[in-house]
Order: sequence, then structure tokens, then C-alpha cells
Amino acid sequence: MINFNLFVLPFFLGLIYVVFAIGRSWYRWIRSLPASDKVRLTTMFRQPRQVLLALGEVCTEALLHRRMWKRNPLLGYMHMSFALGWFLLIVCGNLESRYYSGSHLNAPYYPIFLKFFIHDRLVIFFEVFSVPGFFRFLMDLLLLFVLSGLVLAMVKRKRSKWFGLKRTAEFQLTDVVSLTCLWLIFPMRLLAESFTAGYYGSGGGFLTQSLGNLVMTVMPFTSEYIPYSMWWGYSLVLGLFFITLPYTRYMHIPTEVLLIFFRHAGIRPKKWYSGFSDAEVLACSRCGVCIDVCPLNEAGIVDAQAVYFIRGLRDQYVPESVSRMCLLCGRCQEACPVGLHTDSLRLIKRRELVSGQETDFSWLASAAPGPVALETRHIPRQAEVAYFAGCMSHLTPAVIRSMRRIMDQAGINWVQLDEDGSVCCGRPLMVAGKDTQASQLMEFNKNQVLATGARLLVTSCPICYRVFREDYNLPVRIQHHSQFILDLVKTGKIPLQAHFRKVAYHDPCDLGRGSGVYEAPRELLTKIADLVEVGQDAHNAQCCGGSLGIFTATQEQRNDMAAAALDVLLENQPEVLATACPLCKKTFAKQSPVPVKDIAELVCDAMPNPVYCSASGQSRRAGSYAT
Amino acid sequence: MIHFGYGVMADATTDYDRNDRRIAEYLLEHEPSVNLCIGCGSCTAACSTGRMVEFNIRRLHTLIRRGETLKLKKEIMKCMFCGKCQLVCPRGVNLRNVILTINRALEQTG
Repeated sequence: MINFNLFVLPFFLGLIYVVFAIGRSWYRWIRSLPASDKVRLTTMFRQPRQVLLALGEVCTEALLHRRMWKRNPLLGYMHMSFALGWFLLIVCGNLESRYYSGSHLNAPYYPIFLKFFIHDRLVIFFEVFSVPGFFRFLMDLLLLFVLSGLVLAMVKRKRSKWFGLKRTAEFQLTDVVSLTCLWLIFPMRLLAESFTAGYYGSGGGFLTQSLGNLVMTVMPFTSEYIPYSMWWGYSLVLGLFFITLPYTRYMHIPTEVLLIFFRHAGIRPKKWYSGFSDAEVLACSRCGVCIDVCPLNEAGIVDAQAVYFIRGLRDQYVPESVSRMCLLCGRCQEACPVGLHTDSLRLIKRRELVSGQETDFSWLASAAPGPVALETRHIPRQAEVAYFAGCMSHLTPAVIRSMRRIMDQAGINWVQLDEDGSVCCGRPLMVAGKDTQASQLMEFNKNQVLATGARLLVTSCPICYRVFREDYNLPVRIQHHSQFILDLVKTGKIPLQAHFRKVAYHDPCDLGRGSGVYEAPRELLTKIADLVEVGQDAHNAQCCGGSLGIFTATQEQRNDMAAAALDVLLENQPEVLATACPLCKKTFAKQSPVPVKDIAELVCDAMPNPVYCSASGQSRRAGSYAT
Repeated sequence: MIHFGYGVMADATTDYDRNDRRIAEYLLEHEPSVNLCIGCGSCTAACSTGRMVEFNIRRLHTLIRRGETLKLKKEIMKCMFCGKCQLVCPRGVNLRNVILTINRALEQTG
């Protein structure tokens, strides 16, 4: 028997096309990787362990959707039923077809349309225990599994809240076409198999046979063209889905697999667009998880979220304002089920935007006619600890004052690098995309630090902390002041007396998600205060809205974001709002009904002989919350 | 010109009928918050760069309105982008984006 019929052609051609399209993309991306990354990739394939680990992640993420489950079980089940269900249908269908053909090599369409070619006449009851019967049962079960996911997907369109999503990504026309095809595939398969099983009176499993028998009872048809046309329909939607796949969000299905291998090979995002960025952009499934977590929603900005930005990158059209409309708070990155580096993609785009623009920091080298002569700044005093307050801390003098008192109290030999005003750490330029220009400032600061001979660099600003750690390559230890003070308290160098009631802690983005410092500030605070719970904290903390990462938001929009973050922080009525970032402090202080204090201020206030460290206006009231 | 009986230094005059308004117009279109500026000078007072070198961010506004593009180009390159100006601005002028937008305008006007 020749197992071929004209109707397999749409599917078969679609399959050939999609395999070719995916292969071409993969080849291009791998070719455009930097040489070092190519080496990483080839080295990985020589280590079976790494390959196995990558395959394991492919199973847990691309098939089981573990991270989706974590976000919401219903959402996880929906994605899993499609991915795992379809995958198992393919695998089991293949095994089943081998049983019938007795050959390992079958045409790719043979297993897909097996029930058209084979109408096995076996007893229906107790057939589960025979090999073909078992396969029929299994295939029907898997089809039911996928269909259950399909029903959920339809429900999700109307009731996304049940899936833990307040907002979902908006569709483009191509997505609608592709989605329609995808949604039709499995019902078409069900109909084709059922009608065939009903017409021949055999060959189906518990689902398809029962449905087929029902159809035959309700409307007994005598023409085999009815099931035949169903098979045509099934093949057409499959073919159309495959042909549209490379141009729609469903390209994430094959791309995520490649991306997982890239990551296991140790390939990391680069400063410029590379094959890795391509893989990240195409691996975005537009599931929309990043939309809800984005603080921009609070300001009514709905077109700049990671999903839309990445879609813009893919369509090669991102408005300049959208590239710059991002706090770089890292919340979407934390939530992304595919683990995309949304922030670094945004930065890549920003770098492209400003690539032709120059800066001139030649004044760093020469003495300037400014208020402070630069020569004096070049020779910092030798000290054990170099303290870099940071630009923002200069706007919150209470933080610097507290730090000085704490260091004096602890008997540390310290020197402040930016006592007369600071040369910026460089990160504000970097978030604008001006990395090369920032390097001049970094060079200056680096020399300043080295000149002190210090072994420890302490900074009060998480923005500085992050860039010192990530980009400076300093041979000294770098600590944020929350870590530094905690060490001092632990070694008993700072006596603490007062204890505050009800303090809520806000995680600054660059300290928490940006640098992974969550515990030190909390541990420190519990020594001097009772921490109240905050609804969204640590990894999921809201951005204060003051971020330097965003350029195009108006002041009103920033205020809206700050207000929303404050709502969450003040939910449990804290008496003081503590943070560890001068920028967060400054942003919240404008709107907060309770005093906003830096950790350093609180520690300073908790020390004996309270020479109140906090800003004068609030220090008078300090006694009221200290107990 | 009417003869007033005294001279006017040529390089200090701004001919508002003939000056280059392209940057000002581009800026107003793309970052309208610049219109909120009352010229209080808080930005200049807070400026990290201005503390170490002759750099006056408030003055950029004047340069733009006068169309003094060359001077503007030279001045703007000194900015370190730290954002203190924006934080102290009582009017909510989006100063970091103002600088980026001026840069873009300078690129486009050549």
C-alpha cells in the first residue's frame, strides 16, 4: 500500500519550509556570534555533562514550563499542555506508526495522518492491553490533554485574571493568523480522526471512536469524502501554521531551545547586538508576564513594556522614546519565564542611538577655573577605607553626615573621595548608552581610589555600587554602606542603643535585583528596628520611579510610579520608611506621609548620645518613633 | 539701523529674526517640559560638573534660544549625566532627556 495522498502536501511543504527557515536563522545567529562565543559553543558540545544539563533545561522550561507554573499554576498547565502534549503526540505518533509500518523510516506525514491510512480492526474493549490498543488510548489521551489546554487558552482570552495576568500582550495581524491556525490544528485532528473512526467503525480510541460513533448516530453519512475533507482541513491548518511560524511569536518554540544551549555554553549578552541578541528577541513568546510587573503601568504608559520593546526590535522599528522609556529596574527580567535579559537588550538599543555623540571630559585632567581647583582633588589622603558618597548622596547630606559619624565612631581610618563634589561614577552615562564616554570618568575615579591605598571602597549609592562592581575591575573590595555597617555592627564596633518600631524597607533596584544585595540591609535593620512586612519586596520590589534609567517619563508619571510604590510599602502602616539609596529616598520623600530614612541615618540615630544625624526637619520628630 | 550716537558690539547682538531656531524647535517638540523652566538656577547650583569646571546648565537654555549652536555643542559635551539637576528642579523639567534631545538635534542640524 502506498501511504500517500494529495492532502498531505500542505503539511509536508509547510514542514519543509519551517525546517529550512529555522535552520537558516540558527545558522545566521551562530555565524554572527563573536569568535569567543563560538569557541564556548563548540567546547560545550565536547562536554556531555553540559549538553545533558542543557537538555534537562529544555525539558523543564520548553516542555514543562516550570517557571510558568511558578507564576501561576493555571498558566503553567496551559503552556505545558500545548508544549508537552504536542511533543508527546509527535513522539508517540511516531512510535505508533513504526508498529504499523514495521520500519524505522517513515515519511514525516505518515505518523501525522496515520489514522487516515490505517483503519485497524481490533476489538474496542480491553484493547488497551494490546500494543495498537495502547497507542490508540495514549494518543487520544494526549489529544485530550492538548485540547484541555486549548480550552484554557480560549478562556484566557476573556478571563486573563484567572491566569494571574491583569493585562496580556496585544496582537499583530500575523499573530492572529498564526493563533487561529494553532487553535484549529487540534480540533481538526479530533474531527478528522473521529469522522474516520466513525465511518469505518473502528480505528479510534476512547475519545475519537466514541465521538465518531456519536456522529454516525446523529447524522449517518455514507460518503468517505466527509472525513477526507477533514483530513484536508487538518493538513491545511498545519501547513499554514508552519509557514507563518517564522514570522510570528511562535518562532519562540524552536528559538528557546537554541537560547538554552547558548546560555549553558556560557554565552552572555554583549554590549552590541549579536546572534545571541537575535536568539533572545526571537525567543520572546509574548506571554505578557512582563506587562503586569512593569511599574510603567502605574503611570499609564502601556506601549513601552519589555514585550513591546522586544517586538519592536524584531520588527526593526523601535521609536527612540520607547527605547528610553524604561526604568531598567529589572522587574521584567526577574519575572520573564524565558529568562531574557530585557535590560541589556534595551541598553544595546540605546547604545546604537547615541553612537555618534561625543562628550568632552578633558576638564578632568586639567586644573579648571571652577570653584574647586582640581589639582587638590588628585591627591587623596591615604586611608584604609575609601568612601564614595556618590552624586545623589550629595543631595541627601544626612546620609553623608551619618556615614561620617558611623565611621568615626568605629575608629576607622577613612577618606571621602568626593568630599568637594563628585565626578560621576559613570553609570548614568552608561544607561544612556554612552559607555565609551563613561570610561573616561571611570578612569578618573579608579585612579582616585587607587591613590588612597584603601583596601575597601564603600559607597552610599547603589548605582555607584553596581558600576564599581561590574565595570571598574578594581583590585579593592567594594561594599555598599549597608553591608559595610552590618560588618561594623557584627564586629561590635558600633554600639546600638535605640530601637525603632515599625520600619518598612524598600529594596533599591540597583542594590537588590541589580546587585543581589537583599539580606545585608534587612539583617542590619532587624538589629535596630522591627521590620514590617511589605507586600512586594526583594526580587519583586517596586521601583521608586526616580530611576536614572528612564529618560522620557515626565515628572507627573514619575510621581505616579512613586505613589504606587508607596501604597505597597506603607500598606502595613510603618512609622518610618527605610531605604538604602539616596535616589529612592529623595523620590519618596516628596510624597511619603511618613519620614523616609536611609539605613545609615537609622543606624546613626540608634547609636548612643544621639546627635541626630537625620535631616534637621525630621530629626525633631525622630524621638517620636524611637523607643 | 537708527543712529543712537553710540556703537553696538557686533558679536554681542542676537538677531532674533535671523537666528537658528532649529534646535529650540526640535527640543520643544521632543521634550516639551523644557518650557516649564523658570530659570531659577537650581540645576546649575546642584550640578556636579559645574562644581569643577565652568559649566552652566541653565545657560544652555539661553544658548539654545539665541541659536548659538557652536557654543552649545562645546558646552553640552561636559555633562556627566548624573541627574542631580533633574532631581532638584522645582518645575519637573526632564533635564537628562533635554541633554539627550539637544544632542540628537545637534546631530540632525549638522
